Amino acid sequence: MLSIKNLHASINGKEILKGINLEIKPGEVHAIMGPNGAGKSTLASVLAGRELFEVTEGEVVFEQKDLLDLSPEARAKEGIFLGFQYPIEIPGVSTVNFMKTAVNEHRKYKGLEPLKAADFLKLMRDKKNLVEIDSKLTNRSVNEGFSGGEKKKNEIFQMAMLEPKLAVLDETDSGLDIDALRVVANGVNKLKNAENSTVVITHYQRLLDYIVPDVVHVLFDGRIVKTAGKELALELEEKGYDWIKEELVK
Amino acid sequence: MAKEEQDKILNEVTQSDYKYGFSSDIDTDSIAKGLSEDVIRLISSKKNEPEFMLEFRLKAYRHWLTMKMPEWAHLDIPPIDYQDIIYYAAPVQKAKLESMDDVDPEIRATFDKLGIPLDEQKLLSNVAVDVVMDSSSVKTTFKEALAEKGIIFCSFSDAVQDHPDLIQEYMGTVVPYRDNFFAALNSAVFSDGSFVYIPKGVRCPMELSTYFRINAENTGQFERTLIICEDESYVSYLEGCTAPMRDENQLHAAIVEIIVKDNAEVKYSTVQNWYPGNKDGLGGIYNFVTKRGICEGVNAKLMWAQVETGSAVTWKYPSTILKGDGSSSEFYSVAVTNNHQQADTGTKMIHIGNNTKSTIISKGISAGKSNNSYRGLVKVVKNCEGARNFSQCDSLLLGDKCGAHTYPYLEVHNKSAKVEHEATTSKIGEDQIFYCNQRGISTEDAIGLIVNGYAKEVINKMPMEFAVEAQKLLAISLEGSVG
Amino acid sequence: MSIDTINNDFADLFEQGKSLLEDNSSKFMNTKREEAVEYFKKLGVPTLANENYKYTNLVPAFDHPYTVDLQYRTVIGDLNELFYCDVPELDTNLVLLSNGWYYNQNRELDIPKGVIVCSLQEAAEKHSEIFEKHYGKYAKPNEEGLVALNTALAKDGVFIYVPKNIVVEKPIQVINLLRSDRDLMATQRNLVVIEENAQAKLIFCDHTLTHNKYLSNTVSEINVAKNAVFDLYTLQNQHLNATVLNSVFIRQEANSNVLTNTLSLYGGMIRNNHYTLFDGEHCENHTYGMYLMDRQQHVDNFTFADHAKPNCVSNEHFKGVMDDDATAAFTGKIHVRRDAQKTEAYQSNNNLLLSENAVINTKPQLIIDADDVKCSHGATVGQMDDDALFYLRARGIHEEEARMMLMFAFAHEIIEKIRVDALKDRIDELVEKRLRGEISKCNTCAIACNQ
Ligand SMILES: Nc1ncnc2c1ncn2[C@@H]1O[C@H](COP(=O)(O)OP(=O)(O)O)[C@@H](O)[C@H]1O
Ligand SMILES: [Mg+2]
Repeated sequence: MLSIKNLHASINGKEILKGINLEIKPGEVHAIMGPNGAGKSTLASVLAGRELFEVTEGEVVFEQKDLLDLSPEARAKEGIFLGFQYPIEIPGVSTVNFMKTAVNEHRKYKGLEPLKAADFLKLMRDKKNLVEIDSKLTNRSVNEGFSGGEKKKNEIFQMAMLEPKLAVLDETDSGLDIDALRVVANGVNKLKNAENSTVVITHYQRLLDYIVPDVVHVLFDGRIVKTAGKELALELEEKGYDWIKEELVK
Repeated sequence: MAKEEQDKILNEVTQSDYKYGFSSDIDTDSIAKGLSEDVIRLISSKKNEPEFMLEFRLKAYRHWLTMKMPEWAHLDIPPIDYQDIIYYAAPVQKAKLESMDDVDPEIRATFDKLGIPLDEQKLLSNVAVDVVMDSSSVKTTFKEALAEKGIIFCSFSDAVQDHPDLIQEYMGTVVPYRDNFFAALNSAVFSDGSFVYIPKGVRCPMELSTYFRINAENTGQFERTLIICEDESYVSYLEGCTAPMRDENQLHAAIVEIIVKDNAEVKYSTVQNWYPGNKDGLGGIYNFVTKRGICEGVNAKLMWAQVETGSAVTWKYPSTILKGDGSSSEFYSVAVTNNHQQADTGTKMIHIGNNTKSTIISKGISAGKSNNSYRGLVKVVKNCEGARNFSQCDSLLLGDKCGAHTYPYLEVHNKSAKVEHEATTSKIGEDQIFYCNQRGISTEDAIGLIVNGYAKEVINKMPMEFAVEAQKLLAISLEGSVG
Repeated sequence: MSIDTINNDFADLFEQGKSLLEDNSSKFMNTKREEAVEYFKKLGVPTLANENYKYTNLVPAFDHPYTVDLQYRTVIGDLNELFYCDVPELDTNLVLLSNGWYYNQNRELDIPKGVIVCSLQEAAEKHSEIFEKHYGKYAKPNEEGLVALNTALAKDGVFIYVPKNIVVEKPIQVINLLRSDRDLMATQRNLVVIEENAQAKLIFCDHTLTHNKYLSNTVSEINVAKNAVFDLYTLQNQHLNATVLNSVFIRQEANSNVLTNTLSLYGGMIRNNHYTLFDGEHCENHTYGMYLMDRQQHVDNFTFADHAKPNCVSNEHFKGVMDDDATAAFTGKIHVRRDAQKTEAYQSNNNLLLSENAVINTKPQLIIDADDVKCSHGATVGQMDDDALFYLRARGIHEEEARMMLMFAFAHEIIEKIRVDALKDRIDELVEKRLRGEISKCNTCAIACNQ
């Protein structure tokens, strides 16, 4: 589904990603862990097409297409969803209106008619139930005045609405209490199937109790320095990242 | 967003067309260019006016001669030759319209094209319309239905003929002809406009609306609106305007006067879409308007809501004099400027009565090479106890060649007043656009969403039919322009 | 007297006093003087018709037969003995001026080598290269009548030069003593040059030592070069018969950092013109001000932040408390020019009115011609926060005391921005006493002027 080869990216001339290699197959769940500042969010942004970062080397192929050639919205419509670490507030724009525009753009891309108002509302209702998000939230402006937890839930709700092939969830667990974490994880799990894949970026093992990864990667200083099964997450939680640093020095 | 893309999108906007820019071939009765006492006498006699009207016009004219065009606004206006303007033009019609069939088919076609059918059956049942083309009112709908409740809704000229006492009592009491240069000019030469009178205790059952259209060439439009709301009455009034695309600039100088008595309430909404000129700044309407209301009675309420997208130059400050104790006024405005448009607009809230309240919400959006200024005054006079004002003026910039300016004046002469002003200037956030992009929404649509969201607070204050129109207008005026 | 008569009188003065004015003054200053005379003839003393003076009528202040000293008048007695600044622990390099003229018997200063502190007259002759590079370059006699008037009459004031990389630890305190047996118009002209990576703190104080009517028209030009750090504190504390016209023009070069704090504690009529030109990228500027006015005093702060270059940050905050019949005006202009992208400019003005007759007119303005900016301004006029007042009273604090605490807290927000501790403590104390009505004016003068 996704193949990243030797990806380098920099911002203002400073290299952040220093040769990332990653293969993701349909149906897989990958976890990416790593200390602060390692470049996890940068990787997610680069995949989504944030122009702030300059790709200096490497290639990214998504479903046989060269991803780096596409605009951010084209990537979204191809099926890449980014759950933002810090979801953006858009004052005055209601979530309903926002999602209607987005869903219909996706449909247009697939050659489908826009949804009728009633059908759209039904879809909203179904998905809201799925991710247990409060109705009130979708009537408010996008993320405006939301608590951290509400913002994260809203990301999962949008993911449910857009049904992506590849979801990259950047620290979707940070700042969530255990109940909210369960809700978010359940949402993600319900949306999972054999066709789509998920990349979970996280600091903590806890989320991975709920969203069980097939593979765990450690991203460190712009490179993936270790890849293993889900037990790696436990080990990281126990020992921190220092032992990896030491291993690297050796 | 990448610089090239911004430029591309900016370019696209500058090519978007003004869809009301056609002109109609209608016989017009107009007088020769130029202004003099004779011209004023001619206008007055053409309109068969009583003596007091001519007196008023001449006094205004003589005063105007002593005045200079104001220069304080953040506007760059080439000198206007006031002798090169036709001061009276009216579509030729039968003297008095008996029924719809009497309206010139060309005129009906014009308004059909604009989406304003003059046929009452075709009209939205809750809007009565007075239609003013060039200098004359061509048709007022639902007149009779309203008359049953004692409401007078007619053209200004009809009111002069049929209700001279009311005109004489109220005209010029809120905006005296000495008020400013354009008010004096209008008072001298105005030809028509709308008149509304709501009797005591009556809630006007439908929206009243005036639609202004400049059609004839080389003419100025000078209309005058007078709204009187007696105790415990209510009216919602809408005003819309368009003009054909012409290469020369045309002058529009209007006056609106509103009188709100005890416990009465007026909502005055405007969608101003005069021709803004082409993308190089050629042509377009010079829009100099004096709008003012007085909350004369206790607990009187006056709300202004405006969406301003048109005109080459806009100079307009709808104002409220809060005289009655407990009276209140709100001002909601969205002003969009694009290409070479210039707008200097805002409001004045004059607090005189005790416990008076005002709210100002102004949203400026500038794109292209335009300049958009907010200018407002909040004044609390010495003996006014317990005045409250809150003002919020935000500017949104789309592109790096436009300007946004804010000039609030706060004059407080009483210690019990609470006056707050906040203003921000920002551009559409790159991160907001990226967030939308990531959900599959194109940059253009993202901007549309964000701008409409930005203006929503104001648009929500407009009556339904107008709100939809206003929203479309915003999208058209800004089609894609972002940086 | 009409404004025209006043302006004509000045024109006559320039004409008749020409030789006296030019005597003992450098050629360079005299050239600028001649230009300024022409500008003044066009501009005159600003009137209410001038938008920037909409709320301050200077005509009555000028309408008085002041004496104008065109030549240095010998000071009778030793000013060092007559005056000392008693701010405890305020250890400064003290420089005295007499009616705007540099006082020749100033003490030795504790300043690093290379730093120059001398009279303007001396600087024009002895340090002509530095002087001519900066004098008349930042002030705008062609736009501002008061600056034209100052430049036409200017003969002396203080000159400060801090060379590259030098840090002047001890603040330089310049006190202008107005002392005359006749009603006097004083003209003071200062020039401050802070070179690259240098640092200095400057305190300007004014004191009136006699009861006479004064009008002081001061212009200061300040250039702060790359990476330099500069603080300017202005203490205005004169008597009710004084008119203080104070124009400051600051130019900042790249990465420089400037903080100013203008504290108007007393004065019959005060007008401050404060211009900052951001002439390099990544400059930082903090412009603060506080005014405490009562009786018939009038204060008008006019500020102009001119963002000509990208990536600069300016932050402006003025606060005022008005009592009795006092009136205040504030105008804060922020202009972000076309190419000054990534500018951040913030401004706010808050006012408390304490009496029936107090008046405040405030006029914050944003003029934005660049698009990628963050700008905001706010202005408030109001009374004390009722909730806060209630909260304090609910804790058992007497209402009067609670009000005092809140009012003091209101003013303290500006005072705490002072980066000279001794001065900050002193102003805190002074303001508290003022607010409590314990003193009606600065009692720091050794010679109380009994006003
Ligand atoms: N907008 C930006 N401007 C400059 N540096 C950035 C920006 N975003 C991220 N960086 C830098 O990139 C590095 C990686 O950051 P990030 O990808 O957010 O790390 P992580 O998500 O792993 O904590 C950090 O050193 C951070 O400072
Ligand atoms: Mg991160």
